[in-house]
Amino acid sequence: MGKIKDKKKIKNIELPEESLGQQTRTLNLGPTHPATHGVFQNILEMDGERVLSAEATVGYIHRAFEKIAEQRAFYQVTPLTDRLNYCSAPINNLGWHLTVEKLLGIETPKRVDYMRVIIMELARISDHLICNSVIGVDAGAFTGFLYVMEYRELIYEIYEEISGGRLTTNIGRIGGFERDFNQKAWEKIDKFLEEYPVILKEFESLFDRNRIFIDRTQNVGGISLERALSYGFTGPNLRAAGLDYDIRTAKPYSRYQEFDFKIPVGTTGDIYDRYMVRNQEMWQSLSLIRQAVQKINDLKGEEAIPHHADVPDYYLPLKEKVYTKMEEMIYHFKIIYGEIDPPVGEVYHAVEGANGELGYYLVSDGGRAAYRLHFRRPCFIYYQAYPEIIKGSLLSDAILTMSSMNMIAGEMDA
Amino acid sequence: MIFNKRPVTHNTNVKLVEMPDMYQGEGFGAMQLSKVVGLARKNSIWPLPFATSCCGIEFMATMAAHYDLARFGSERLAFTPRQCDLLMVMGTIAKKMGPVVKQVYLQMAEPRWVMAVGACASSGGIFDTYSVLQGIDQIVPVDVYVPGCAPRPEAILDGILKVQELVGNEDIRRRNQPEYQELLKSYGIL
Amino acid sequence: MDDKFIFEKIHQKFGEQIIGFEENYDIMAVYADKEINLKLLQYLYDDPELGFKFLTDLTAIHYPDNKGEELVVTYLVYNMLKKKHLRLKFKLDIQKPDIYTATSLHAGANWLERECYDFFGVNFVGHPNLIRIMNVEEMDYFPLRKEYPLEDQTRKDKDDDMFGRGDSHFNLGKLNI
Repeated sequence: MGKIKDKKKIKNIELPEESLGQQTRTLNLGPTHPATHGVFQNILEMDGERVLSAEATVGYIHRAFEKIAEQRAFYQVTPLTDRLNYCSAPINNLGWHLTVEKLLGIETPKRVDYMRVIIMELARISDHLICNSVIGVDAGAFTGFLYVMEYRELIYEIYEEISGGRLTTNIGRIGGFERDFNQKAWEKIDKFLEEYPVILKEFESLFDRNRIFIDRTQNVGGISLERALSYGFTGPNLRAAGLDYDIRTAKPYSRYQEFDFKIPVGTTGDIYDRYMVRNQEMWQSLSLIRQAVQKINDLKGEEAIPHHADVPDYYLPLKEKVYTKMEEMIYHFKIIYGEIDPPVGEVYHAVEGANGELGYYLVSDGGRAAYRLHFRRPCFIYYQAYPEIIKGSLLSDAILTMSSMNMIAGEMDA
Repeated sequence: MIFNKRPVTHNTNVKLVEMPDMYQGEGFGAMQLSKVVGLARKNSIWPLPFATSCCGIEFMATMAAHYDLARFGSERLAFTPRQCDLLMVMGTIAKKMGPVVKQVYLQMAEPRWVMAVGACASSGGIFDTYSVLQGIDQIVPVDVYVPGCAPRPEAILDGILKVQELVGNEDIRRRNQPEYQELLKSYGIL
Repeated sequence: MDDKFIFEKIHQKFGEQIIGFEENYDIMAVYADKEINLKLLQYLYDDPELGFKFLTDLTAIHYPDNKGEELVVTYLVYNMLKKKHLRLKFKLDIQKPDIYTATSLHAGANWLERECYDFFGVNFVGHPNLIRIMNVEEMDYFPLRKEYPLEDQTRKDKDDDMFGRGDSHFNLGKLNI
């Protein structure tokens, strides 16, 4: 390629000056691309097939959540949090309710906490399912995706029984749940606990020791632990790099300290480690759901009844009572219109989202809406490391790295 | 080691589609050209899934085995605008993304249809903010709107059926007529 | 390691550049002079007893009523071994919102500072690439400041009257009874 540097014409083609001497090309892995799950752009400087440097642009789905939240009462912010990490919406909803409960000083009864654990772990499973099956799709293996989406439909049916929504669930209330899990929901949860482990084993057998998958994913897209900590990684990406930091054990919320589970940890932080960490986390989530169901069944007497805390000031009353009794109707109006003032102060609460530490920083000035609400979004923070990770790798490895890091555009841009 | 819980069944309840209305004779049938072309086109629409946010996940569920999209002829999802017929815009379109949607639409070849899936693509949805485009019909002409936030997969399939109706009944000369050219001019597309 | 101990240590090191502190629901917030933000972060990182080596969050808040210190830039640092959060707050004047960048110490501060600049106009001195990140490049105002409205004022399809905003003849204004 270097020999024909001086020739400007090849046969009848006019080439611009020195274009054949150029070693690199700019490739726009644009906002719309089949492999990017969501809209973000990477401008890559390529030498043939190898990526020399990358520049990432985000903001193609910026919806100004933080500004919207300054004009919405606390209950009206819950549908916004749904749309942050939309693959596991219940975790975002319950994280927001936990933040408000921290501000207001509400303590939830045991049964509510165990029910919340069930919902959050189901959401975690559904998010990890998408991420892992999509790594397969990007590597060319479509079957895993189809097998596993069937069970995501089961999880959606469970959400529908409880909250009415499949994807954007708006689940829960400040202080608990809007209604108790009915008999059908428990049956569906039991069905899920019975059938899903079989499929997860089948899914693992497709990929875990698959020669092609291992060749494509081992030693690709790795990051060292120091760089990961410097960038602020949390969640499965950090655990794949080697540190066993999990908010559920470090700063437990919703009675996670009473549960018994392990934290899977990888070594090199490459794609294979992230895939394995997510798979093992799914097994741990299944065990957590079983423990929670057992704990709920073990509760006796007074503790086995409530599905919400006793805070009439902030918990929307049950619909049967709103339509028949005067006091509940008054409270319903007061809460929806935000007539009850929250205390002045600021609170930061973090939950273990499927991608890492999802934090809510709420500054309240006593008014109807938050004065300032800031989301600490894990995807946004670890996407900064992406140009550094793919430096020097091939283009197809860059695509697999992107899908293994589980970039959800809604969470990135908020 | 088969984990398949459902035994293999043969479909004895087969539904046959009726022959379309045509003037028939011994071994031949005559029909309007536009109807034949429409029939062929509507059962093999290749969509381009322009999935931006939450509606994209519902689309993934539509594409998967439970609510199969492939049985309507959309077996191949064309990810390039040069090869697709239907642009399905799913999810919020921010103002930063607007020019990209326009460019993708311009790269499509006639005949092309656009479907706006979800409340955000139809009218901005719950995001009435400075950075969100209030509906993609501000920049491209839209044929079918599917409301919902996120719409159920059945709703998206209903939208596809409506697009099929539009495609099947389209006049063969529609794209050359002055009204259509006026429509495109009003969007700034030549 | 409790809040009093941390505050004593940094007060000892930096003297009167530490303005004060407040306790908020188990995270202590320390107010300090904006000149020492990088030095303070570096001290918290290096000191073996404190060891706040993880930057969790970086954002700003706009208080239009406090003239002279409208913008408050806040850092949330975390000690993973002792599981302790600490919040640092620095007040900036809106006419000249300059503050040193933390990118050299925490690589994750890069985009967080760009987001802060995009939303509030905080100028991080020394940042490698301080341009807008979320909004379009041509935007000329800082949207999350309190004086700007949420909605796009040029849209035609939404009727502000029906949403209870905007100036309309349905707006009753002040009733003089």
